[in-house]
Amino acid sequence: MKNSICQKKIRVSDYILHGLIIVSAAVTTLLLVGIMCYVFVRGVGQVNWQFLTTVPSTIKGTFGIAGNIVNTLYIIVITLLIATPIGVGSAIYLNEYAKPGKLVRLIEFTTETLSGIPSILFGLFGMVFFGRTLHLDYSILTGSLTLTLMILPLITRNTQEALKTVPDSYRSGALGIGATKWYMIRTILLPSAMPGIITGIILAIGRIVGESAALLFTAGSGYLLPKDGLGYLEKIMESGGTMTIQLYLSMSKAQYDVAFGIALVLLVIVLVINILTRFLSRKFDVNRI
Amino acid sequence: MQKNTILGGKKARSAVERSAEVIFTICAFFAVLAVFSITIYMFVNGLPALGQVGVLELLFGTVWKPTAADPSYGILYIILTSIVGTSLAIILGVPIGVLTAIFLAETAPKKVSAVIRPAVELLAGIPSVIYGLLGILILCPLMYELEQFIFKNSETHQYTGGANLISAVLVLAIMILPTVINISESALRAVPQNLRAASLAMGASKIQTIFKVVLPAAKSGIVTAVVLGVGRAIGEAMAISLVSGSSVNAPLPFNSVRFLTTAIVSEMGYAADLHRQVLFTIGLVLFVFIMVINLVLTRILKGGSAREK
Repeated sequence: MKNSICQKKIRVSDYILHGLIIVSAAVTTLLLVGIMCYVFVRGVGQVNWQFLTTVPSTIKGTFGIAGNIVNTLYIIVITLLIATPIGVGSAIYLNEYAKPGKLVRLIEFTTETLSGIPSILFGLFGMVFFGRTLHLDYSILTGSLTLTLMILPLITRNTQEALKTVPDSYRSGALGIGATKWYMIRTILLPSAMPGIITGIILAIGRIVGESAALLFTAGSGYLLPKDGLGYLEKIMESGGTMTIQLYLSMSKAQYDVAFGIALVLLVIVLVINILTRFLSRKFDVNRI
Repeated sequence: MQKNTILGGKKARSAVERSAEVIFTICAFFAVLAVFSITIYMFVNGLPALGQVGVLELLFGTVWKPTAADPSYGILYIILTSIVGTSLAIILGVPIGVLTAIFLAETAPKKVSAVIRPAVELLAGIPSVIYGLLGILILCPLMYELEQFIFKNSETHQYTGGANLISAVLVLAIMILPTVINISESALRAVPQNLRAASLAMGASKIQTIFKVVLPAAKSGIVTAVVLGVGRAIGEAMAISLVSGSSVNAPLPFNSVRFLTTAIVSEMGYAADLHRQVLFTIGLVLFVFIMVINLVLTRILKGGSAREK
């Protein structure tokens, strides 16, 4: 009876391994929940209207991150303005024009390499090349140019993926009724690939918001709001720290309350970006079917 | 009228076509240009210090006193810290990551994995400074207590206040989790269903199937995950710059240590002259590490796809 196939053999190792799998998953989940809760509890008391809309004032003894929020927006906009056309263009070349060969492999290898370089090295390069060689010093422009290099692979790859999912029949159909290649790309491919491109852009925004090492030595740590009128343009050439930089600086000065306030704001942004990308990729899938 | 026939305007149109192609080609070469100029700048800025200090003295010297009257620029401990710290983080993070990936891809009920997967993605999106902040406020005090307990009777131990190698390794291990989980999970999902079915039909239990059939089949994907994890851990700077302590020591668990990345972050602000150049050499060392990791990665990916064919 003992050896009947009806009786399930009990393997101790199975139970142990299964237990380990569940423990690991639980650890990962608890880590996230713990991090979110801790930041929320410590940060929620810090974030109020004044925190979000003023700059630090020693006279009043208050702290605000309005300047840092504006800087972050500046850097996001400028970086995307430069990186999106280049990234999308590069993807179009790789997918639509290039013939497979050494050249394509070189471009794909360098794109891959670019995405593997740690941000601190981008920071060093940006500081020496944009900051010193091009004499842009510590400025929002230096930071944006540095980040452009960093997010370029992200946009290229997402656009490429999106272009790959556009059926070939679209292409031959458009070309067959007499459209030129550029006209076909402009009116057929780009609109079809738009959700993928937008996903890439949103992911890029997420990376820019969370980036710190590449900005510390390029964009600097200015925290003032731009002056009226021309000041909005001049701001581009002035130093400006993003929220993450301010968080790092507060942290190294042991101003933990302020740091948690900023951390909470950042977490909310990350959460929104996450939900947006999910929403978009779901929409993207539906379109494909 | 001529303009509107299918023959007219051909010249203008082909000019547009030509320029579109040229512009896209230029865009594509941006990445190549960027990588080449970064490589050149890293070497141009990193090599002079090697000549001035001496290759052996710089790379294998153990005394780091860049601001002393008689400065000494030995970065051996910094290099070793990065290697040891990254390896420990991998040893700690990869098993948890791979097991979580198994949970998500194989054993979890659909509803549970639908909750955990977005959570993992969120973990990947959290800015690294936040990990650092939590490290300082949660990990370091715990480490300090542990330190006081272990070194109660030691006369020679230098207290670090909890900012030591272990704290940094723990932070790094957490930070590589999302990378390892995501890539291992897609590797596990790519394993054909009939392999599992065959194994189960032969009487193997579910767990045996996972560990003896599915995992080996997904090996190249999991190795990729580990290599990418190494890349992320060795390049991380801001999260560990305040958690790892502030002086250069041998990479022992309770020592205050400096990684390649944290040395650059914390000293670039005030470094001048030769000290600054040495920091660029540290950047160069990091760059070389990353390039090696990248080459290994392409090798693996190429090997994997060759076998599939």
